Amino acid sequence: MLSKKGIPVSPGITFGQALVLDTEEFQIPRRRISAEQCEAEKLRIEEAFKQTLVEYRNLRESVAARMGEDTAAIFDFHIGVLSKDRIRHQVLEAIDVKHYTAPYAVSTVFREYQHRFQQMQDAYLSERIQDVYDMERRVLRQLVGQDRQAIERMVEPVIVVAHDLTPSQTAELEHSNKVIAIATDLGGRTSHTSIVARSWGVPAVVGLADITTGVSNGDMVVVDGTHGVVIANPDAETIQHYTIRREQLSRLVKDLQNLRELPAITLDGVRVQLFGNIEFPHEATACVDKGAEGIGLYRTEFLYLTGKSEPSEQEQFEAYKQVVERMGGRTVVIRTLDLGADKMPQERTSEPERNPFLGCRSIRYCLQNLAMFKRQLRAILRASVHGDVHVMFPLITTLLELRQAKMVLSEAREDLDELGIPYRKDIPIGIMVETPAAADGAVQFAREADFFSIGTNDLIQYMMAVDRSNERVAWLYSAAHPMILRKVRHVIRAADRTGIPVSLCGEMAGDPLYTILLLGLGLRRFSMAAGDVPEVKKIVRSVTMEHCKRVAQHTLQLENERNVLNYLRDETRKVLPEIV
Amino acid sequence: MEQQTNKEVLRQVSIRNRQGLHARPVMQFVDLANRYPCEIQVRKGSLQVDGKSPMEMMLLEATQGTALTLVAVGPEAEPAVNALAGLVEGGFGEEM
Repeated sequence: MLSKKGIPVSPGITFGQALVLDTEEFQIPRRRISAEQCEAEKLRIEEAFKQTLVEYRNLRESVAARMGEDTAAIFDFHIGVLSKDRIRHQVLEAIDVKHYTAPYAVSTVFREYQHRFQQMQDAYLSERIQDVYDMERRVLRQLVGQDRQAIERMVEPVIVVAHDLTPSQTAELEHSNKVIAIATDLGGRTSHTSIVARSWGVPAVVGLADITTGVSNGDMVVVDGTHGVVIANPDAETIQHYTIRREQLSRLVKDLQNLRELPAITLDGVRVQLFGNIEFPHEATACVDKGAEGIGLYRTEFLYLTGKSEPSEQEQFEAYKQVVERMGGRTVVIRTLDLGADKMPQERTSEPERNPFLGCRSIRYCLQNLAMFKRQLRAILRASVHGDVHVMFPLITTLLELRQAKMVLSEAREDLDELGIPYRKDIPIGIMVETPAAADGAVQFAREADFFSIGTNDLIQYMMAVDRSNERVAWLYSAAHPMILRKVRHVIRAADRTGIPVSLCGEMAGDPLYTILLLGLGLRRFSMAAGDVPEVKKIVRSVTMEHCKRVAQHTLQLENERNVLNYLRDETRKVLPEIV
Repeated sequence: MEQQTNKEVLRQVSIRNRQGLHARPVMQFVDLANRYPCEIQVRKGSLQVDGKSPMEMMLLEATQGTALTLVAVGPEAEPAVNALAGLVEGGFGEEM
């Protein structure tokens, strides 16, 4: 039995047989043929190119049908190279002149191009080397025929285990409809594999480092995409454990699907709002599907991190408008750029900071790059006429920062006024409360902000002075510390007293373990990953406020985070045993 | 008829679109170039590549602001260069 922990990127538990996708390159012997064999060998090339071209055309077609013409266009390059390029003639020439075998000729010619791609300076353009690898692999697969175990002939459902998945591999896998889970060596929450897994709704764990070396084809594998665990060749006890967990989960999932149209309301009639957190525009659809009533946190970094340079105002506007329109009049809270520390676009990493989490990140970075900041604010303002848009500033620590940010927003308004572009004049302006300074100063901030969103992820980090990605101290990182909970209560109370809305958008909001407690602390607006909405709603609908208040009172008297977690687990289990 | 067949038609252009000559513009260029019977080469400094080859065009590594010379030889060289220059200078219909 081999158990590995990775990053959970798509929830659910499943087990089945592993299909290890080979990333190893074909071993092509350096062989030569006699002159008489050349014609036959050249025919093989023509056929292999033709078949590969058919593969790409089919891929393109199925991707276009599912994901649209824009996404499908990535295959035009492959198709162009295989059909129009002189690369085919170069391969044929290598057979004619040097008497290479067909596979050896292909690999020689493609290697030469790969070598040239490696010499390129521009990171964005040189990434197309992946396409050249993909083309070589597919042409060789036609010639050598091995690796055909692969996807088309699969009859049984499989768990795909791979180093990393390329877009062309995932497109093929989806076509087969046989993938029940994914586990990869590489990747993070926003990598291609993760996004694909979530959109298919199959459990996935990425960032497992070396899972491909520990698993062979046909091995029994358990993937727990909820907790980020992958187990190869589990023993009987483990299988039994996960069988029970899986049954509980599937019963729950059915149960939860019925909740979508129902309001989040406690047994004694207190209305609660459950919002979604998103990063990419297309995730808005999942929020609506899962029954979120709005977007409580729209992270805007993706345009800056995925593109090569700063996105234009128009690009940003379109990305925002897309979400706002998809939400059809429901609230969308757009958080301004939260770059810095762990999220830095390549080209802007000038001087590495000694202490990036305490450095020039987030609103600080924006206030030092006003032209860029203003472009974003204009894009947000322009999107505001398409629905109910709110704007939110991250990492505020002083009133001065809030005032400066508001001033830049006013300038952005004036720009639009001059151009005669419409925007919502009274767009609500809120702040993330995610530093101890902002939390302590909540009463003052509440007078100048229209709403709060408590960002517990950063708040915990700064209050506990702990980097959760550092394994040696990560145990200190927990929302359950009574000090954290008291701070959260303080912010909620400050907002209530001033009469401004307050939500909580850290991971804590989507963890059902904390739902009863947060309700008891007075929270009425939660913002979480779309997938968490049904479970939290289920709990909301199963409790009374009186009960929640009692739980909150008791929790705050506990001494440490372990006691808090145990107590909350017990209380949650009483309400909904299958969840925790 | 084809008296000018061997004359080189040259044109200086520069890459305007923000993302440079990435896969999509390359394919637009190559597709357009392939509609003309003449030979088309693209020069960047001392490097010269076949304008009808997607792979070669990618390898040109023409980022925003790069100056290129379009070189056409053969029938319809003049209209080919005009059309291709228009495409490049128009930023391939992308963000500039």
